[in-house]
Amino acid sequence: MTYEPVIGLEVHVQMDTRSKAFCGCGTVFGMPANTQVCPVCMGLPGVLPVLNEKFLEYAIRTALALNCTVANYLKFDRKHYFYPDLPKNYQISQYDQPLAGHGRLNIEADAIKKTIRILRVHMEEDAGKLIHTAGGSLVDFNRCGMPLLEIVSEPDINSAAEAYAYLSQLKNILEYLEVSDCDMEKGSLRCDANISLRPAGQTALGIKTEVKNMNSFKGVRDALNYEIGRQEQVLRDGGAITQETRLWNEEQQKTFSMRSKEEAHDYRYFPEPDLVPFTISDETIAAAKQALPELPAVKKTRFMAEYKLSEYDASVISADKYLALYFENTVKQYHMPKIICNWLMGDVMNFINTNQVNIKKLDEVLPVKNLVAMVQLIDNNTISGKIAKEVLAAMLTGGKDAATIIKEKNLGQISDSEALEAIIDEVIREQQKVVEEVKTGKDKALMFLVGQVMQKTRGKANPQIVNTLIKKKLLGNA
Amino acid sequence: MSITKDKIIYVAKLARIRLDEKNLDHFTSQLDKILSYMEKLNQLNTDDTAQTSHVMGLSNVFRPDENTASLSNEEALSNAPEQENGHFKVPKII
Ligand SMILES: [Zn+2]
Repeated sequence: MTYEPVIGLEVHVQMDTRSKAFCGCGTVFGMPANTQVCPVCMGLPGVLPVLNEKFLEYAIRTALALNCTVANYLKFDRKHYFYPDLPKNYQISQYDQPLAGHGRLNIEADAIKKTIRILRVHMEEDAGKLIHTAGGSLVDFNRCGMPLLEIVSEPDINSAAEAYAYLSQLKNILEYLEVSDCDMEKGSLRCDANISLRPAGQTALGIKTEVKNMNSFKGVRDALNYEIGRQEQVLRDGGAITQETRLWNEEQQKTFSMRSKEEAHDYRYFPEPDLVPFTISDETIAAAKQALPELPAVKKTRFMAEYKLSEYDASVISADKYLALYFENTVKQYHMPKIICNWLMGDVMNFINTNQVNIKKLDEVLPVKNLVAMVQLIDNNTISGKIAKEVLAAMLTGGKDAATIIKEKNLGQISDSEALEAIIDEVIREQQKVVEEVKTGKDKALMFLVGQVMQKTRGKANPQIVNTLIKKKLLGNA
Repeated sequence: MSITKDKIIYVAKLARIRLDEKNLDHFTSQLDKILSYMEKLNQLNTDDTAQTSHVMGLSNVFRPDENTASLSNEEALSNAPEQENGHFKVPKII
């Protein structure tokens, strides 16, 4: 019997506003503890929360980008729980009438395209941060009241790879929308997963566990793969899955039961009396939809049509907003999209990944005009493609332009035919046997001689010119 | 009696409040009286009244996304029974 994993993801995204959801406190990450707090976000008596206009604007923008239906009527509810990270003893959230629902996100995993439905998108405030020490627990309310969007998927995800693709696609979209920095390490994007297994072909869902504490995209994939394996083992051994919350342990690469007394959640939701309701007109929604930027999926299709990129190339280049922008800026100055795409996806991405460069800053590391100048130097035979790789590496690390690097490192192609002919003569002297083969018309032998010349010039000769010169010398024609 | 002792024990547990037997009886009787009083609302005929979550008649009250002054760390912690390194200190949770 094979088992099919059924996964639903709950993603919390911190909206990148200047002030908190319901008060004017700052939202800067990494500030000293309890310095971005006020009576409102610390839940002191007698204060009133007021909704941040930008929070709603960003929330609507995100919901629309996820193809959701946005509600015309908006209200907030109190979700009650008692824990030191929550000073009011309730979180302002949305319960029975979320901002938006019925959305969908298209993903591709293991070469299979699929649509994941979005169940709901709702607005809420974040809780504070706890640090546990030997003597007690320390509370920092800086994060308390930060604007969060909770995005809940339907259980349409059937593998860890699909979950990874869903998260990546979601992150790409959020970055395109400029509503969040989506930094999982800073906690501005957090993901919990509900996961169960069922025999393939069965409709009824199995018993699920909730997996938390995954701090990176890779962590999500590893945790889900682990949990799928764990549940499968339990089922194959004839056991039953316990419905529980499990925490992912990155070091041990395992999930562990939280072992807290799993009390039934009883949040005693009721409408937040301190916030008035909101109406969102159809016109507002239509205008927000109109103002959406071109999103990755649309951009990908356009790149395939406009620049004749392959589907794979187009999806890689369009996935990141800033890479796509960089690509288009370069192509504007040098209209060879495929060549630019190859350099970006090869040497440039390699450098970015190895050195953890923020793609947002790519233009600072490698100004568009420098990349354009380099490919032009290949075109006019100043450098070969091979030397260009060396030049590009130097440009990426040193910030100098191609011409300067070529001059400093003496990398220009030997265009002085006298110097080149001397080297060719030397190779002919050394390779008498091969020379005879060339004379009998063996192309392979000719290529070998060209290779020898290239080696002696450390790649600085133009192979076409070398080819022509050798032919002229040995065969008397060009 | 519209509320039972068990219910009070459960709610107290949700709110992390410890009640001894004497307080338990006290609150059970008090809350029962309050709830009975509120029950009177159910006598009203609301067949023609639309559901609402708010009675103020106001809507769409926003604030612009601008920063206002926060408290200083000293001010924020000035009522804290215990503190450490700029944090509120509470009994160990985990
Ligand atoms: Zn505040």
